[in-house]
Amino acid sequence: MSGNSTRTVGILGAGQVGTALARQALKAAYEVLVATTRPPAEIELLVEVMAPGAKAVPADVAARASDLVILAVPLAKYRQLDPESLSGKITIDVMNYWAPTDGTLAEFEGNVSSSEVVQQYLRYTRLVRTLNHIGYHDVEEDALPAGHPERRALAVAGNDAEARATVAEFLDRLGYDAVDAGMLASARSFAIGTPIFEGHWQHDEMKRLLDAAAERSPVSLPS
Amino acid sequence: MELGIYSFADVQRDPNSGTLGSTADAMRNLREAIALADAVGLDYFGVGEHHTYEMPASAGAVILASAASITKRIKLGSAVTVLSTDDPVRVYQQFATLDGLSNGRAEITAGRGSSTESFPLFGYSLNDYDELYAEKLDLLLKINESNPVTWRGKHRPPLENAWVVPRPERGHLPIWLGTGGNPHSSMRAGYLGLPISYGIIGGQPKRFAPLAELYRRAAREAGVPEANIKISVASPGFIGDDAKAAKDLWSRHWTALMASLGEIRGFAPPSRAQFDHDANRDGALFVGDPEEIAERIVALHKRLGHMRQFLQMDVGHLPQKEFLHAIELLGTKVKPLVDAELRVAGSYQEAVDVR
Repeated sequence: MSGNSTRTVGILGAGQVGTALARQALKAAYEVLVATTRPPAEIELLVEVMAPGAKAVPADVAARASDLVILAVPLAKYRQLDPESLSGKITIDVMNYWAPTDGTLAEFEGNVSSSEVVQQYLRYTRLVRTLNHIGYHDVEEDALPAGHPERRALAVAGNDAEARATVAEFLDRLGYDAVDAGMLASARSFAIGTPIFEGHWQHDEMKRLLDAAAERSPVSLPS
Repeated sequence: MELGIYSFADVQRDPNSGTLGSTADAMRNLREAIALADAVGLDYFGVGEHHTYEMPASAGAVILASAASITKRIKLGSAVTVLSTDDPVRVYQQFATLDGLSNGRAEITAGRGSSTESFPLFGYSLNDYDELYAEKLDLLLKINESNPVTWRGKHRPPLENAWVVPRPERGHLPIWLGTGGNPHSSMRAGYLGLPISYGIIGGQPKRFAPLAELYRRAAREAGVPEANIKISVASPGFIGDDAKAAKDLWSRHWTALMASLGEIRGFAPPSRAQFDHDANRDGALFVGDPEEIAERIVALHKRLGHMRQFLQMDVGHLPQKEFLHAIELLGTKVKPLVDAELRVAGSYQEAVDVR
């Protein structure tokens, strides 16, 4: 499936992040489905007010009916995501691990990107790590058209090159330059606390930062 | 519209010697601030539960009760009570006691709080946060509704026809739901029929308009009486006679707070440019001279229709002198300007119904 055929975006999670991404995806003319673990009737009002134009659906429908699925549930609830319905799908992991909010979760401690843990749990999903290093209120405010000299850049990491390309095209339509960071383990270089995470970068600066990080800690291929 | 202050009892630094004061000083400074707020006609003072050396307001009800004896009119509330790590029976008893002592001026705002020290302190796991909060809120509301109370849950022993005393003379205490920007919280507050208090410390407060709409629609859908559908806004801010001087002074203290938080939480403190952006017009920091702040409060009121806005000014070891003067300006200059402007704009109820 090529990037150009992304029409429907599914968003799992209807909190600040999920609804902000829903609004931005709607602005970029995607069809947007939003789901939580609750029956859609329970979030209909929320979706109507926070992302008018998006549709509240059950989680398995959001997964199966979408070309691209965004994972935006609280990270502590990642095991509520269904590996089967996300198998083979291109998923975007925007979730960050932050112990003060999530509580300490042993599997996320240490020098591992939270996405690597999520990828392992979701096994056959084609997980792409991006959008975790932009604040949810910035997603709408910082968007700029392609070619704009001050356009903000976002790093994209994932083990599936075609999935990365699809997501890069999605980011471009949202209003951001995508910078390919290669394999999923590279996501460690734009986790919470890293210079990339803490700043706003344009394309060339982002590339320099990612290259520098790769040089410092080269990552091996996934096992 | 009501205006007020909230504080976490920020420990202050002596402006001459530069040394940090004591946590005991912080208690007395806060009490003095509450007394002044009442004297200058402000409507509300909130004390936010915190358990750090720099912000030691761990026993809010005690502070407020002390202030009750030296104030007449100002409402005294928690902003917030970290309900997940406290016992709802205890919380209710303390604030009902405050209510008696203050002749009916107590309020509770239940919330998450902006820090998590209370979890290890009282032996709770953050992993249980959601369940703890939902359950304890349920019990707190039941206690407010009926006496005696019967209740059972998972995280606390059951109650069987238990008397929780004292009782508020007016029958119930105002219990607010404190929240940030999570849409689920707005929906929950609406369906539960609770007044909602938005803590907006970053981004653009006007972007809370959809959340306010979600809250109101959920409340109306649940058949909540109009009188119980209320929104308040908590904002960082500071007022000085001169706008530029106020921003210059307070930016140092806000940045100091952000720097110490950033050290713990892994973010860089804002630049002066970022501060200036946030401290003007649509930003979240209400810093400036009285005219400017009144204008911004009124502008936000047009979007959110809130009935109360309260500012946190004592951060980053702001000296007591500056804090007290800012309180004085809020009560004597800002409040009359806001009231006048809102009278001109028409009735509050009209503004709310139009939404």
